[in-house]
Amino acid sequence: MLQVRDLAIKLSDAKWEGRSFDCLPMPGESGVLQVTLSDQEEIPIYITATDTQLLCISYLFRTDELKSETVNEFNELCLQLNVSIPLSAFAKVGEQYVLFGALSLQSSFDDIMQEIVTLGENSAEALEAAEPYLA
Amino acid sequence: MSILKKIFTAVRGGAREVGEAIVDANAIRILEQEITDARNSLGKARENLTEVMAKEMQTKREISTLSQKITEHEDYASQAMEKGDEALAIEIAQKIVELEGEKSSKEAILESFTQHITTLKAQINQAEGTIAENDRQLLMVKTTESVQKATMSVTDSMSSNNSSMSNARESLERIKKRQQERSDKAAASAVLQAEAGNDLAAKIKAAGLSDSSSSSAESVLERIRAK
Repeated sequence: MLQVRDLAIKLSDAKWEGRSFDCLPMPGESGVLQVTLSDQEEIPIYITATDTQLLCISYLFRTDELKSETVNEFNELCLQLNVSIPLSAFAKVGEQYVLFGALSLQSSFDDIMQEIVTLGENSAEALEAAEPYLA
Repeated sequence: MSILKKIFTAVRGGAREVGEAIVDANAIRILEQEITDARNSLGKARENLTEVMAKEMQTKREISTLSQKITEHEDYASQAMEKGDEALAIEIAQKIVELEGEKSSKEAILESFTQHITTLKAQINQAEGTIAENDRQLLMVKTTESVQKATMSVTDSMSSNNSSMSNARESLERIKKRQQERSDKAAASAVLQAEAGNDLAAKIKAAGLSDSSSSSAESVLERIRAK
């Protein structure tokens, strides 16, 4: 099974589309790796390996950061947009809005780097797109 | 109830707190137990199936042997009748009755074997389906759990660092600022390049180099006259 710590070692030396990856394993037993993309330190990507997939998640904002009167409209928009966003999808974990991508554990290292960079770019764009809905 | 439905219900019912077990450990144990049970019954059903199929084949062979014997004895009976040996013909006919009785009882057994095979195959299909379905549900639970754990550790570290990452507005402002800086830099370097270019052209002109190199009507005429 793919270990996020091994991934961290490989990512630290790698570059993809001119981006480098700053890796920091999160404390605790959850096996989460924080990856900060160069030139995009605002939104780190968090990587977790489960039995079947590699999950890459970025945490966008909490529900209480949205204007309460437009939450429904925003949710609807997210559902509408999901298919159009390359490789990533909107989701909610508890009160956190997230953007995530799931990869097979058999994915190549290039696939993983592409996923992380794309997710990072999508996250920045998602934040900008969500601006009118932020409180 | 399916696991997805359970998760839905739990979320709707307010188990929104990250870390709160959405699906209780008991449900997971039940799923795992169901998978084990289905695997066991699958193994047994497969064993039974091969046994019953062997018996079915054997019975089919026995029936065809009996059919053959019946045809043979029918031949004997007609030959005996041709020879006028009525007593022998009756004896043979009695044997045929006996054989036919045996055959029909074997046919009843064959029918029950065939039915048993159909049932066993259905059981195998069902067990395989249960295993696949439960495996899928178990995966869903495990993924939900690991996403929760991951989120918990991320939000924990966010709040303990009191990091500005947790505020979308601030992140957004910084992203915009960075983009602005980038486009400012690009604009500035474009201006610099244009200036450098203009500067050089001006120097060339000042040095009188540009005129001599450009071809004007006068310089063409000059060239023609010189010939």
